[in-house]
Amino acid sequence: MRNIYLIAAKEIQESLRNRWVLLMTALLAALALSLTFLGSAPVGTVGARTLDVVIVSLSSLTIFLVPLLALLISHDAIVGETERGTMLLLLSYPVSRGQVLIGKFAGHLAILAFATVLGYGTAAVTLSATGSTITAQSWIAFAAMIGTSILLGAAFIAIGYLVSVLVRERATAAGIAIGVWLLLVIVFDMGLLGVLVVDQGRLISSTALSGLLLLNPTDVYRLLNLAGTANVSSFSGMSGLAGTVTLSPALLLGALAAWTLVPLAFAAMIFSRREL
Amino acid sequence: MTSLVEISHVTKRYGAVDGVRDISFALQPGQTVALVGHNGAGKTTLIKLMLGLLRPNEGNIRVLGEDPAAGSTEARRKLGYLPESVSFNTALTGREVLAFYARLKSEPVDCTGPLLDRVGLAKAADRRIGTYSKGMRQRLGLAQALIGSPRLLLLDEPTTGLDPGLRMEFYEIIGELRARGTTVVLSSHVLTELEERTERVIIISRSRLVADGTLDELRRIAKLPARIRFSVTQGGTEKLREVMGAAATTGTFNGHRAEFDVTPAQKIEVLRRAATAGDLIDDIDVIPPSLDELYAHFLRGGAA
Repeated sequence: MRNIYLIAAKEIQESLRNRWVLLMTALLAALALSLTFLGSAPVGTVGARTLDVVIVSLSSLTIFLVPLLALLISHDAIVGETERGTMLLLLSYPVSRGQVLIGKFAGHLAILAFATVLGYGTAAVTLSATGSTITAQSWIAFAAMIGTSILLGAAFIAIGYLVSVLVRERATAAGIAIGVWLLLVIVFDMGLLGVLVVDQGRLISSTALSGLLLLNPTDVYRLLNLAGTANVSSFSGMSGLAGTVTLSPALLLGALAAWTLVPLAFAAMIFSRREL
Repeated sequence: MTSLVEISHVTKRYGAVDGVRDISFALQPGQTVALVGHNGAGKTTLIKLMLGLLRPNEGNIRVLGEDPAAGSTEARRKLGYLPESVSFNTALTGREVLAFYARLKSEPVDCTGPLLDRVGLAKAADRRIGTYSKGMRQRLGLAQALIGSPRLLLLDEPTTGLDPGLRMEFYEIIGELRARGTTVVLSSHVLTELEERTERVIIISRSRLVADGTLDELRRIAKLPARIRFSVTQGGTEKLREVMGAAATTGTFNGHRAEFDVTPAQKIEVLRRAATAGDLIDDIDVIPPSLDELYAHFLRGGAA
């Protein structure tokens, strides 16, 4: 435990020092604030909107940005240290490879969680300070959105580690990370949509669709947030899908957890067998 | 006597390529051992095997009584390692990095101050490592290896690329450690760099151990000729060669100077005859074979 804590603390210290944390928080806050206050500009009005609408905008932002940020900090974690030569020294210390990986995971997740809570929280707090009335239910939905955003980040950090232990060079890891992002964030949904249009409901039942959506952590996140509560789903235009897909929030949360734990376990296994 | 490190018939292959092949030796407490070999001979592989970062394909390794690949915490706390071309995260200061490593070894963080002092980094301790020179990074590397007074120190090419002054300081610190009973393993690709500071030399060539012993032992085994240089009075060279007769015949000669190549067995006879030469000789130097010659002999595949 102590070693995991030490490694996590060092990871956080380094990220604070090289201003990664600052940059990430500022980016998320700036985007969240502009979505909150300028999001309605295209329809002719500039002004604050209700928190439910903000949840929808921020969820869509999360789907693109959080996986990208998570992969950015994680793809380098193992292969980068190996390439720079710092891993060799670290592993000569009384610390196991599992502890190194879990410690890094804890550190990276803390950084991402900090940036998300602070960045998105700024938007909500500003919104309530400017006089919008926000119901308790909306606050809960907002907190759930932040929580699941962090979980989505955890899944992509774990996927990034898996990439990082599989390759020999940092450049390869970066390339694969971008590929993973494109595949899961953009290509998968487009492909699925295409298949559904062609299929016209003949072969793919709603159960099969539910299963297919679980294969992509960003879709799991989307279902959790955009179709979650009645208020939000009517704003997001997901109520149609929400009616079709019958997946309980517990199952969806379980799927996100699996998307974190399975890649992490594989990464740990491969890393412990790897010779430096 | 229990050995600190025991390596028996260890072979490590990378695919079809041999890293090290059938290497055996044991290290005793308090020894300073030089691991010498050309680039790519297998020195780093051997050190990584001792650290447990690589597992041998064949053979057994025990370090501080444990199998290093099992990752025993106790054994690793008593082990210091300086990698070849050591590197650190450049965003942190020397003191921060050293504190991190001290905590990992469960040593008090206060130990970092004296250590930084010891390696001459006290003034630069609170600067970012990004601003350090290569020599300073190497000093920091040594400082982290010294955390917790290890019983075994593995230093991979510690003095490569250091200026001579720094190298001297390095060996001074290693000398102090030896006095405290630490076993030090130094690797190097040139024997001369070690400057007779190690009591034992292990030479590795093309993945195999080719020589193991003290420098004197290696000299004896190699039977390399020593050189005896006489300064003689003008024109005395020929007379001296007559005095030597069959005892020494080869060498280089000019007006003032006669140099004979002699085997260890011939040496005494040559000096005895020189004593009979009287006024002929102004001065005598006996030059043992240099470390480079010795090293080259073993690398050529000379008897070990």
